[in-house]
Amino acid sequence: MIWAFDLILLVFLVITAIISLRTKDLLSASMIFGVYSFLMCLLWAEMEAVDVAFTEAAVGAGVSAVFLIATVLRTSRRSSD
Amino acid sequence: MLESLSPSFNYWIYIIIMMIGLYAMISKNNFVKKLIGMSIFQTAIILFYVSISVKDGSTIPILYHDQIHAGHGEHHEAGHGDHHQALDTHAEDRHDSHAERGDAVAGSHYPDLIIQPDDFSNPLPHVLMLTAIVVGVSTLGVGLAITQKLYGEFGSIEESEILDTIKSSND
Amino acid sequence: MKILGLIAVILTGGLLLSAVHDFPDWGDTTSPASSYRLSQYYITETIHVTAVPNMVTAVLADFRGYDTMFETVVIFTAGIAIIGVLRRYGPGPKLAAPKETITKEKPDLIITTTCRLLIPIIQIFALYVIAHGHHSPGGGFQGGVIFGASFILLALAKDLQTAQKWVPEKRVLKLAVIGIFIYAGFGLVAMLFGSNFLDYSVLHPIMPATDSIMARSHSMLGVEIGVAFTVTAIMFSIYSNLASHGDLKEGL
Repeated sequence: MIWAFDLILLVFLVITAIISLRTKDLLSASMIFGVYSFLMCLLWAEMEAVDVAFTEAAVGAGVSAVFLIATVLRTSRRSSD
Repeated sequence: MLESLSPSFNYWIYIIIMMIGLYAMISKNNFVKKLIGMSIFQTAIILFYVSISVKDGSTIPILYHDQIHAGHGEHHEAGHGDHHQALDTHAEDRHDSHAERGDAVAGSHYPDLIIQPDDFSNPLPHVLMLTAIVVGVSTLGVGLAITQKLYGEFGSIEESEILDTIKSSND
Repeated sequence: MKILGLIAVILTGGLLLSAVHDFPDWGDTTSPASSYRLSQYYITETIHVTAVPNMVTAVLADFRGYDTMFETVVIFTAGIAIIGVLRRYGPGPKLAAPKETITKEKPDLIITTTCRLLIPIIQIFALYVIAHGHHSPGGGFQGGVIFGASFILLALAKDLQTAQKWVPEKRVLKLAVIGIFIYAGFGLVAMLFGSNFLDYSVLHPIMPATDSIMARSHSMLGVEIGVAFTVTAIMFSIYSNLASHGDLKEGL
């Protein structure tokens, strides 16, 4: 628990969350969501929750990004907003 | 400096992330964007729970090898009298926690191991949130499957276009 | 709609921000969550009553066993729901084709070779994570997801047909059911020994364990293996259904 590291990661989290929701290309949005999940995993490792961080690294940054990409490639890549 | 100014700056940022997710769920037109917003909302809540478990000066909730086996070895090698004198300062604590435990530790493999609760972060929120993450990805999968089904029926994943199609087919 | 959403978000956010003053400080050791005796019991007594150093795994698989068992059932239900939503039987109305054109080239040689080398390593690491989950970070959920991700990597690097040859859907769903049965089986066997559901300490006559404390430790490994079966199977099943629009014929 290092508060300066924590603050930097939280600011990056807010930035990636906003970018991933503002991108019109859904494939990029899915990838940036993977980056968001990975930053979240770093934040949890920093908060001494290693098991939760491990799960998020495997699930959030890996598998859920693949699910989103599979759906985007099966439907449409452009988003209106 | 910032630390002394606001001891709860991180709570504000959790709420900001949560509200970003909520806004996306309400006002985005695209279903995949809505689901990304739902995941962001979910992770913000999990982040809040995990941050509750942090304690100042604590470590990860896993006992390390030396910690377990140091007490164990001492128990076998040193005599009981020496051992109690060496740790006389903690005698009070030890007595208390043994009394509290009662019969629960009958036959414990590490009878000399005393753990202070403040040395480790709280494991209970970790457990609850660990399962929540895996269930979260399953619900994301169900949401994406419904999105694909809607695309197959209507040829679009935009909410407004689907509503227009339904309206024109009703007329 | 956007303005309405913004107003709702600002109201909710303002309400939550005004409540921040009531939260305990970050890292406060005297906060209610940290000073409540349940979590202190988990920290101080886990090693004595279960002989497992990783408190998170011990609470997950032993103290809160019901919770984890039904989380596993939730994951299984989600996998079944995805098949139910996407699968189409018999001829129906034609579906809209995806707007993206997916190129049907032969898979790249470098990618397939790298994946062939990597997949066994990933799978052995997943087994290590499952088996060593009560001594280091890890456990059934993480190891299961990593094991499922190795099959997803196979499907992405070659094609869905190759992966389906290794893990056909029938086998995947059987594996998922077996996982839940392993977990519930530990509870039922404990009932046969005359104790409560999921009370592992009475299982020491049938486990390779010297006493009831080691029986709890070994039974945790058993239920983690059950969880890992279900999670592996359902993760691969969700991917293959989402990637092929439910018919498991053509993947990405």
